[in-house]
Amino acid sequence: MKNDIQTKANSQMTVEEVSQKYNNGKKIIACVGHKKRFFGISIGIIVIGIICNIIFGANLDIQFSGGASIKFSYTGEIDETELDDFIQNMTEDRITTSFSTDLMGDTGNNVSVQFSGNDAISTNIQQNLESDLQEKYPDNNFVCLESSSVDASMGFNFLLKCLAAVALASVLMVLYVTIRFKKIGGLSAGVTALVALFHDIAMIYFLYVIFQMPIDSSFIAVVLMILGYSLNDTIVIYDRVREERRVLGSKADVGMVFNLSSSKTIKRTIITTVTTVIAVLIVYIVAWAYNISSVKDFALPMMIGLISGCYSSLCIAGPLWVMWQNHKKAKKAASKSK
Amino acid sequence: MKRVPKPVFFIVALLILAFSFTAIFGVSYYTGDNKNTVLKGISDIRWGIDIKGGVEATFKPANDVDATDEQLESAKSIIELRMISQGITDYELYADKGSDRIIVRFPWKSDEEDYDALSAIDEISSTAELTFRPGSDYESVEVGSDGEYIYQTPTGDTEEVLMDGSYIESAEAQVYQDDSGTSQYVVSLTFTDEGAELFEEMTTEYLNDTISIWMDDIMLSAPTVNSTITNGQAQIEGDFTAEEATELAEKINAGALPFQLETDTYGTISPTLGSNSLNVMGVAGVIAFIVIAIIMIVFYRLPGFIAVISLTGQVGLSLAAVSGYFTTISSFTMTLPGIAGLILSIGMGVDCNVITAERIKEELRMGRTLDGALERGTKNSLTAIVDGNMTIIIVSIILILVFGPSNILSAIFGESTTGTIYSFGYTLLVGVISNFIMGVFCSRVMLRSIAGYKCLRKKWLFGGAKNEK
Repeated sequence: MKNDIQTKANSQMTVEEVSQKYNNGKKIIACVGHKKRFFGISIGIIVIGIICNIIFGANLDIQFSGGASIKFSYTGEIDETELDDFIQNMTEDRITTSFSTDLMGDTGNNVSVQFSGNDAISTNIQQNLESDLQEKYPDNNFVCLESSSVDASMGFNFLLKCLAAVALASVLMVLYVTIRFKKIGGLSAGVTALVALFHDIAMIYFLYVIFQMPIDSSFIAVVLMILGYSLNDTIVIYDRVREERRVLGSKADVGMVFNLSSSKTIKRTIITTVTTVIAVLIVYIVAWAYNISSVKDFALPMMIGLISGCYSSLCIAGPLWVMWQNHKKAKKAASKSK
Repeated sequence: MKRVPKPVFFIVALLILAFSFTAIFGVSYYTGDNKNTVLKGISDIRWGIDIKGGVEATFKPANDVDATDEQLESAKSIIELRMISQGITDYELYADKGSDRIIVRFPWKSDEEDYDALSAIDEISSTAELTFRPGSDYESVEVGSDGEYIYQTPTGDTEEVLMDGSYIESAEAQVYQDDSGTSQYVVSLTFTDEGAELFEEMTTEYLNDTISIWMDDIMLSAPTVNSTITNGQAQIEGDFTAEEATELAEKINAGALPFQLETDTYGTISPTLGSNSLNVMGVAGVIAFIVIAIIMIVFYRLPGFIAVISLTGQVGLSLAAVSGYFTTISSFTMTLPGIAGLILSIGMGVDCNVITAERIKEELRMGRTLDGALERGTKNSLTAIVDGNMTIIIVSIILILVFGPSNILSAIFGESTTGTIYSFGYTLLVGVISNFIMGVFCSRVMLRSIAGYKCLRKKWLFGGAKNEK
């Protein structure tokens, strides 16, 4: 029982001493020491993401932007350019078509027709298009698989509401952290956790931008899920900081306390993250094999978010918190010496 | 350490497994060809239109007419009636008074392969036709979803139309005390000047006979004419409850709406795409669960094994809350984001068990006795688990409140246009509460109980180093 009678640490202890005394001789991971590298990586990715965003732009789903699209399934071979021309002649709007094949084999070949502009189309247009296609290609069994038509103002309203939900959820979570972690500088813990959350949202957003995936309500669901997950990661570490600080005493170096705490929780962080990522990965692989795009588009950002959430808790929130605490200490010392 | 009696482990474990088994597979028996469901399982879960396929549409008054709240309610009740007449019983319907929209969502009818969704959308939003007809002869009668009778299609004398909805100024539910002092609910009709004359003629001709009131193809009411009405004010009596009277008044008003409904947004999702996604997700879920179980047992041995039992219980409990297993909790429409919520909560469940097991391991490696390590490990890991799960609960409650059918942000954004995120919040909340019951409470009870068995009292089994006893 080496640790039953513990003495407080002082700020001059070396890493080895702390490791021997408080971590059963195990290695201490110096997250805080590498903070410049971590911040550099994150800022780099964010800059690349912003550049991509400027060049390619974000692709809002018609759920948010308004507009219309119809997906038909058909059997057999069809000249794609001819079909495109045929549909274009049927409507006054500009359309774009894209073709895909459902590997499950149940729905055969698919063609999506996207109408330009952000206005909804009337049900007649869709019905006429379907019957025209069936007339023109009687042997290809054209059937409407999916269709959506959203009024622009409704879509924008929905987007605003989703953003409000994300903002509200973030504020309340930070408030909870601020109250629960008073002992380790509540506000600093809350705000740095929030920075980590924004970091994760940015990563998911840039993934959508880079892969040009349409931003729809499943994007919002993924963001909300990652908010909860990433904050949980941060909380587990802060909880340990709260505990270790009691053991090490308030004189101990803040960076050292954080490094010790994250070293003690790193196995949990990794095993939980790896387990969840593997579970989502399995879902992704199965969805990919069967070409279920709705699930695939859901699972990929979820995985990226899980990894980012784990990273941001250790490498962004923690070092930032340490900087904040050290700054506060320095300020206090300065005002005292005056 | 507070000891938990040894048999408790087996009792809790068996209860959890038995419960999960029934919650997943359901319990039902057959009498002849009829399936009698005792307890609902996965197959009884009501799937959302993104999984099962279906139709979603938003209607608004045509030509930017500004509808009053009452008019919108009337329009909503007419859509409700249309859905019933089309045999669609499993629908969601909201009226958004802020933006004057009516939102409807319904799954594909399972027995119809070639369902023309667009015609259905057009039909339910077409102008309502209210008619007064002599007699009350109908062609067919069906039992609606809530047990009331639906009389359809006028025949014989009733085919004649005496009057239509344009002669009615308004309909209103009213209450008065009858001679014996009990409250009677009636629907009071006010006619236009022209309508008053026409109605006087009608009530003279059909005095002591029945005049039925029809909406499109459905008979709303078949009152008997008690006296000739001359003042353009009529009352329909019929042992109504307050609700029934209001409903009938709304429907009659809908027949006199000054605007038409037009389709604002709509979407259809094919059922084949939906059910394929569902089967595949199911297979993926089972594989993912097996992998999680293997990881847990390999890394954490005995606590890992217990974690798998409590995770099974958590999955069972979450599914039970969705399927309507408990009769007190009504069943819930499950969508793809709902499944995502379930995944996150299972992730939290895994995390909860990992934190505890990791902590016990740590205490053991620091040289504590088994009992000491179990006690300190479970105690010290509690705050992290509670704080982590509390934040998730906050998030899920916010989502339920913000994205529910009527919600705290209704004032700003109007009522919900989509239930998908609401579904995420609901499964998440249910999942995290299940996690508290299973992952925190049951896991710990089982762990303490099983530690009482001498043959299992080896530190290695709880994560200690191999050579330790």
